[in-house]
Amino acid sequence: MQYEDFKDNESLEQLVEELNAAGTNVVVGVFDDIINWGRSNSVWPLAFATSCCGIEFMSVAAARHDMARFGFEVTRNSPRQADFLMVAGTIVHRMAPILKRVYDQLAEPKYVVATGACAVSGGPFRNSYHTVQGIDKIIPVDVFVPGCPPRPEAMLYGMMQLQRKIKVENFFGGVNRKQKREEFFKDKE
Amino acid sequence: MASIQEKISALIPEANFTEAQVLEISVPDAQWHKLAKALYEDANAPFDYLTTIVGMDWGETLGCVYYLESTKTGDRLSVRVETADRQNPTLHSVADIWESANFYEREVYDFFGIIFINHPDMRRLFLRRDWVGHPLRKDYDASPEVNPVRLHHEEAYDTTVSYVEQADGKIVKTEPVIFAPDDYVINIGPQHPSTHGVLRLRCSLDGEFIKKIDPYCGYIHRGIEKMSESLTYPQTLHFTDRLDYLSAMQNRHALCMCIEDAMQVEVPTRAQYIRTINDELMRISSHLLFWGTFCNDLGSTTALIYGFREREMVLDILEETTGARMSFHYNKIGGVMQDIHPDYQRKIKEFCKIMPERLKEYHRFFTGNVIAQGRMHGISVISKERCIAHSMTGPSGRASGWACDVRKRIPYALYDKVEFDEVLRTEGDIYARYMVRMDEILQSIRIIEQLVDNIPEGPVSEKMKPIIKLPEGHWFRQVEASRGAFGVYIESRGDKYPYRLKFNSPGMMLVASLDEVCRGGKIADLIAGGGSLDYVIPDIDR
Amino acid sequence: MYDFSNITMWIHNLLMSFLPEWATLLIEFVLIGVAILALYCILALFLIYFERRVAGAFQCRLGPNRVGPFGIFQSIADMLKILIKELIYLKNIDHFLFNLAPFFVLVASMLTFACLPWGRGLQVINYDVGVFFMLAVSGLGIIGVLLAGWSSNSKYTVIGAMRAGAQMISYELSIGLSILTIVALSGSMSVTGIVDAQYDGWFLFKGHIPALIAFIIYLIAGSAEINRGPFDMAEAESELTAGYHTEYSGIHFGFYYLAEYLNLFIMGGIATTLFLGGWMPLHIPGWETFNTIMDYIPSIVWFLGKSIVVVWISMWFRWTFPRLRIDQLLKLEWKYLLPISLVNLAIMSVIVALGWHF
Repeated sequence: MQYEDFKDNESLEQLVEELNAAGTNVVVGVFDDIINWGRSNSVWPLAFATSCCGIEFMSVAAARHDMARFGFEVTRNSPRQADFLMVAGTIVHRMAPILKRVYDQLAEPKYVVATGACAVSGGPFRNSYHTVQGIDKIIPVDVFVPGCPPRPEAMLYGMMQLQRKIKVENFFGGVNRKQKREEFFKDKE
Repeated sequence: MASIQEKISALIPEANFTEAQVLEISVPDAQWHKLAKALYEDANAPFDYLTTIVGMDWGETLGCVYYLESTKTGDRLSVRVETADRQNPTLHSVADIWESANFYEREVYDFFGIIFINHPDMRRLFLRRDWVGHPLRKDYDASPEVNPVRLHHEEAYDTTVSYVEQADGKIVKTEPVIFAPDDYVINIGPQHPSTHGVLRLRCSLDGEFIKKIDPYCGYIHRGIEKMSESLTYPQTLHFTDRLDYLSAMQNRHALCMCIEDAMQVEVPTRAQYIRTINDELMRISSHLLFWGTFCNDLGSTTALIYGFREREMVLDILEETTGARMSFHYNKIGGVMQDIHPDYQRKIKEFCKIMPERLKEYHRFFTGNVIAQGRMHGISVISKERCIAHSMTGPSGRASGWACDVRKRIPYALYDKVEFDEVLRTEGDIYARYMVRMDEILQSIRIIEQLVDNIPEGPVSEKMKPIIKLPEGHWFRQVEASRGAFGVYIESRGDKYPYRLKFNSPGMMLVASLDEVCRGGKIADLIAGGGSLDYVIPDIDR
Repeated sequence: MYDFSNITMWIHNLLMSFLPEWATLLIEFVLIGVAILALYCILALFLIYFERRVAGAFQCRLGPNRVGPFGIFQSIADMLKILIKELIYLKNIDHFLFNLAPFFVLVASMLTFACLPWGRGLQVINYDVGVFFMLAVSGLGIIGVLLAGWSSNSKYTVIGAMRAGAQMISYELSIGLSILTIVALSGSMSVTGIVDAQYDGWFLFKGHIPALIAFIIYLIAGSAEINRGPFDMAEAESELTAGYHTEYSGIHFGFYYLAEYLNLFIMGGIATTLFLGGWMPLHIPGWETFNTIMDYIPSIVWFLGKSIVVVWISMWFRWTFPRLRIDQLLKLEWKYLLPISLVNLAIMSVIVALGWHF
């Protein structure tokens, strides 16, 4: 694939435009760039692997594809320490509350990559009585990676799109606007 | 078999007999437990291996089909038990005779709502406790309003339900205790790095020692069997690659073979060769993954990467021919999808040369390590008799000395034409299970080497009609998947859809035996023991 | 060999020339503190990067290579991210202890770190009982681990902390005894004294077989003390997800992460000081030219170089060995290492008393 093709992502372009609509202070912009550089180059996955895609995700971490090259090195098993949730595999009714809980346990900033047809839409099991039809019905998703299972290259591509998305975010204001603790718990109740 | 028939009719005059694939006996529920005990204790051919229990909804009646086998003589038979009461269906449990019936009966209860009397633990196996209805019944209401996605957590109950028949024939509901209030219960999974998928275990601990394990399944239950009932036969095939994704080839082989059996289709020899080679390649790749993940469970991260390195070589070979890395979709009814890639044979031969060298490297790197030896020897031991009682097939069964290889017992494809040894060990500990798998890689290479040069010319698949219909009847076929005997049961009513399709996975019995295998060990032994059983959860939950 | 005390004395005299004594001392304390902190961070970041490259090499992978040339800025990006990550506020936990625990670990490793002799004349404190002080403050880290496990209110962390507690306290014995062996040989408990005593040869070579045994025991026990593979029971990813620091996020976790790598370096540094001659260059008796050339290499390079070699050995067996089980681990300590260390100490005393050493 050409590098230019890789950079072509309409939804990201749109996001950049929205974020830059009000204009940015120079100093704040520089700080933003530094922070985004750090965040986007160190994205630690939490593998929420339920089926076949989980094995392919292991292939991504293994020698041939080696996601450590891009800064995905440390797969943390504790959601507190991970940056994004790699949902690899079918999510069924019984698993749904657990997925929700693990997502809530992640520390901000947190992202979700839905890997494989099952996580994206239910895939081949869409018509089942026990399958959640796409995890975006439960938690917000940043990147969808289709395939059944997606090839490791596709997963890497999806994860790098996530890096690009992180690169254009604004830490000061915008995306990271702080919610007061009282408001947060009011929402929960 | 005639002698068995005579014995049974002497014992139970009401029994009906049919000769099909195997001898089929139909008995009323009241006599079933007596018959089961007699079959289990038969002097000549004790039917000690319960292959599977298939829950059935025949329309007017609900019931089960039990497939039994004698490990001594290899005789097989099936028993059909039914009940006409659709409101409160009950059958008698045989969990006290065959240990493995425990989980199978829970599965039947979950899917059909049949309550098993005298079963010690009558909980749902796959679905949540607050799930409405029993999905595999034909009158199940599948509308999403009845069972929406529930986002509140299930409560963890420390007691279970059991229906006990008393001496006077009265049935009493009791509540046996799983965990006492002062037990230190720790929850492992379903999202845990080393439960090999989404298995959930609740363990009570005494310090580091494990007192009891209570496995929970269903966190990846996708309702494949129900969905298959509304799909045509070629469409049902694609589920098999996603059951146990590490034995995709063998699973699909089983379903194809079962359908071919029913239609009495002869598969071309070339396709048989390709199928056998692919099955063995798949087995090698699965055992390599086992090696990697098992070593990773024991803390040796580097081994995981090494295992994957060789696994990629197998995947490359399969990818060239099938076009996929994991869901191959290669076998089809009557043969295989496409012809092999021109490089197929050359690459396999190269791989067969490299792999034994790499195995030696593995042994130098991990097996010989003093820490690894200390972690594997004499831990999580299970005897041959208990293995049979638990129906633990595959490498785990063979590690305890049970010759349970389907390739030898009921040869299919080309397994009766090639020479290979069934790897058997007697220790039954983690080390034996580990070594059986390592040695099986060598045996698989031996099989492949015998076949790869002799693939005959010819068509790769039989020409089939565009719409495949099966005659009326039912069939059960088994293959040796990477982690045990994988069975497929099809019941057909002459339609292009199966009336009932049941996959009998080896993994479920491995998980069911986890309590016995790992009890008394430490937490670290639970991880190592579980890793050595090598179950794949989507295979169990289906 | 350049003596770094020239620089430090020059700064001291310069400040004294126009400031009162208390102000001079104050400025010097601040300077030293800043220097130690900066070195601490840089070393930790370097070690994180180093470990990843080593792991990559062992696993036929490349390791990080996209952030900066050869990926050298990878760990900086990691730290930048961890710094601004959310600190999760948990319910039903002991907040005071929960927030305090990471600092125990960090402070313990920092205090030990400050005792290391970096080069000729480059040392922060030089107690007469420097080795003793090092042992004492490094023991503080256990408190941090136990507090973290207990205050998180989670069963996994408690098991992890209990394992860590049992392990670290046990292995401290072996470490203490193997250090004592060297103290017996050198006749001094001061860090400078021990390094100076190795002027004519490293203790590993001077001390006969007992020194070699003590070195091996120190390497094993040291690895166990800092909770790294094959002794990483406390974190045991495949069993306890992340062990005692499962519930920590953001910079709190970052402290544990930094301290883990720094402890690794401290282990290497102490091994270097005690067995490999500290910052002393390699001298071979009789080879005068060789010795002179070796003397030209600055002492700090010697110290860092030797420490990193020891660290590399530790990484080597981390990435090749499987993990021990907790009972095997304790058995190894109490049934094998401890008796061997005791006998070893006795033999060393005899050798020293009879003057058999080189």
